[in-house]
Amino acid sequence: MKHLHEFRDKGLASSLATELEQLVDGPVRFMEVCGTHTMAIFRHGLRSILPEDLHLISGPGCPVCVTSAGYIDAFIKVALIPRVTIATFGDMVRVPGTSGSLAHARSRGARVEVVYSPMDALDLADQHPEDLVVFPAIGFEATVPGVAATILEARRRKRKNFAVFSAHKVMPPALDALMSNQGLQIQGLLCPGHVSTIIGAKAYKPLAERYSLSCVIAGFEPIDILQALILLARQAGESRAEVGNAYPRAVSWEGNVRAQGLISKVFEPVDAEWRGMGIIPGSGLALRPEFSEFNALERLDIKIPKTPEPKGCRCGEILVGQCLPPDCPLFGKGCTPLEPVGPCMVSTEGTCAAYYRYGR
Amino acid sequence: MKNKTIFLDHGSGGLAGQELISGLFLKYLGNPVLSVLEDSAVIETGVGRLAFTTDSFVVDPVFFPGGDIGSLAVHGTINDLAMRGARPLCLSLGMILEEGLSLADLELIVISIKESTEKAGVPIVTGDTKVVPRGNGDKVFINTSGIGTVSDRVSISASEARPGDIILLSGTIADHGVTILTRRAGISIKGDLKSDTIALHRFVQTLVEALPGAIHTLRDPTRGGMATALSEIAKTAEVGMEIEESGIPIRPEVEAACELLGLDPLYLASEGKCLAFVAPDRSRQALDIMRSQPEGKDAAIIGMVTKGPAGRVVLKTAVGGERLVGPLSGEPLPRIC
Repeated sequence: MKHLHEFRDKGLASSLATELEQLVDGPVRFMEVCGTHTMAIFRHGLRSILPEDLHLISGPGCPVCVTSAGYIDAFIKVALIPRVTIATFGDMVRVPGTSGSLAHARSRGARVEVVYSPMDALDLADQHPEDLVVFPAIGFEATVPGVAATILEARRRKRKNFAVFSAHKVMPPALDALMSNQGLQIQGLLCPGHVSTIIGAKAYKPLAERYSLSCVIAGFEPIDILQALILLARQAGESRAEVGNAYPRAVSWEGNVRAQGLISKVFEPVDAEWRGMGIIPGSGLALRPEFSEFNALERLDIKIPKTPEPKGCRCGEILVGQCLPPDCPLFGKGCTPLEPVGPCMVSTEGTCAAYYRYGR
Repeated sequence: MKNKTIFLDHGSGGLAGQELISGLFLKYLGNPVLSVLEDSAVIETGVGRLAFTTDSFVVDPVFFPGGDIGSLAVHGTINDLAMRGARPLCLSLGMILEEGLSLADLELIVISIKESTEKAGVPIVTGDTKVVPRGNGDKVFINTSGIGTVSDRVSISASEARPGDIILLSGTIADHGVTILTRRAGISIKGDLKSDTIALHRFVQTLVEALPGAIHTLRDPTRGGMATALSEIAKTAEVGMEIEESGIPIRPEVEAACELLGLDPLYLASEGKCLAFVAPDRSRQALDIMRSQPEGKDAAIIGMVTKGPAGRVVLKTAVGGERLVGPLSGEPLPRIC
C-alpha cells in the first residue's frame, strides 16, 4: 500500500491546498458527481482544508440513491417469492422502499445473501440449483461490464437458475438532463473516476461544449481530488470550459473499448427513472432480447410500480444539488443511518450518510 | 421499539444494539451495577471486589486464520474482565450445538479451549451443553462467563477518562474483523491476514501494577471497532477526544483489504488489543511498558482527551483535514465474534 500513502501525503496536500486557495478568488460552485468522491472528501476531512469560497455540491452519482423506490419495492417483492434468493451488494440490503427493506424481508424469512461481485451470485446459483438466484443489478458504467461478463458466463455454464434484475444506469444522459436545469449554477464537474475508466474522457466533451462546463475527471485519493479541483479552479479563473483528466493513470480519452463492447453486447439503452430527476431518455440499460432467459423482469413477470417518494424525504433534491442534507427536515431526526427514510442516508456513497457520519 | 423485529444490525455492536440494550434490557432489568454498561460488572462482596462478565460467541466461520470460536470465547471473556483491571479467576462454558455438527470439529474446538485456558491460566470450572435440531442453530454457539478479583486500589472505567488523558492503543486495529469478513466473502488477499485473538489480562496487569492510579480507562475495541469504543467512552465520560489518524497502527495487508472492500478499519473488530486512557505524566512510561510486552509491541499514542463538547471525537486525518468519528450505525457486519 505504499502508493496509497503517496496519495495521502500531508505535505503535498497542504501545498496543493495553498495553490487552490490562490486560484479561488471568489465564490465558485463545483459538483462532485460521484458518491465515492463525496465519501472520500468527507472521510479524509478535505472540506476542512479547502478554500471557503469553493463550494462542493454532491451530484447524482450514488447508484443506490438514484434507484427509485419502485425498484426497491420490486426487489423486495422478488425476495419474498418462494425458492428465490436475492444475491445483492451489501449496500442495497437496508435501503427502504415504501414499506421496509430487504433487511425487513430477510427478517421475515426471505433469502437475501450479500455478495461482493455478480460472479459470486452466479456461483451461488451453481451451489443452489434448486433456487432461482436473482441479482439486482445496480450501478453505472463501472459496474455494468462485470454484470455483462457474468451473464455471458452464465450462458457458457448453461445456468438456468440465475437471473439479473437490471436497474443499471448510464451517466452522460443524466448529467445532460441535470445541466439543462438553469438554476444549478455550477461552474465545473468533478467527474467520476471509475465510470470514466470505462466511458473515457471523450464522453464529457458534448457536456463541456453544450453547457460551457468544465469537466475534470478525478481519482479517489485526496491528492487526486485536490489536483482535479485545481484544474477546475484554473479553468474557472481563465473562463475556459474543457474536459480535463486528473486521473490519467486509469482513464484514457477513448476509455475501455473492450468493456464498452461487453456492455453493448448484453445490454441496450432504455428510458429510466432517476430518483429526483424523473424519466431520462436512454439513461438506463436493459438486457437485450437474446439474453431474456437471464432477465429477471421477464422471467418473473415484474412490473416496476409507480411509487411516491417517502413523505418529507428530500433525497431527490439532494441528489441534484438543489439542497444539502441539513436542509432536509428529516435529517438526523426522523432519518438516521439506523432508521433511514431515504436511500441517501443508507448507501455508503450517500450524501446524507456522509454528512451524518463525518460532518455534523 | 418502532421496528417490531430483530435485525442483524441489533447484533453488530453499534447504535442499534445500544438502543436495544437501553430501550429494552435496561428498561426492565436496569440497576446501578448493570446500567453502567462496562465490559464487566464490579461487585462489592464485603470481603473484596469481584468482576463478573458474560459473552456469547456466534462467529461464522467457526474456524478462521489465527483462531476459532473456542479460543475467541476464552479470550473475549478474559479480556472483558481485564478491561476493569481485574485478575481473572475462572470461566464457565455454555455450548449450544446444532444437530449434525461433526464430532471431530467439536473436538478441535474443545482442544482449542483447553489450550487457550491453560495458556491464560484461567480454568473452565463449570459448563453446560444443549443441542438444537438441525437448522435451528448454526454449528456451534458458545457462551462464556468469567469471574475475577479487583484490587481495592484499582478503579478503571469509562467514566474515569478525563481531559488531558493520553490515549494509547496496544497494537494494530481491525485484524480480526477484516480476517472474518474476507474469509466470509471468499476473497483471498495476498499477505497474511489473521485474527489477533489473544488474552490480555497479564499485559493489562503489568501496566496497572506498574502505574497505580494512572490508568483511568481500558477498552478492547471488539465489535464496532475503535471508533465505536472511543465514541462510547467520550459519551460516558462527557469528554471530547482528538485522534491522529496517522498514529493509528494498522498492518499494511489489513489496510489494503479494507481499501479493496470499501471498509473503514476504524469500525472493524480487534480481539487482542486495548485502548488505554492514561494520565499525561505517565503516558510515556505506559507506552514503554506496553511495547516491552509481546502483546503490545506495536503500541502507539493515538490521541488525547479534550474538554469536549461531550461525546465529540475528532479525527485529524493523515492528509491534514479533520472529521468526526461516530459510533457504528447501521453497518451490516454480523457475526464476527
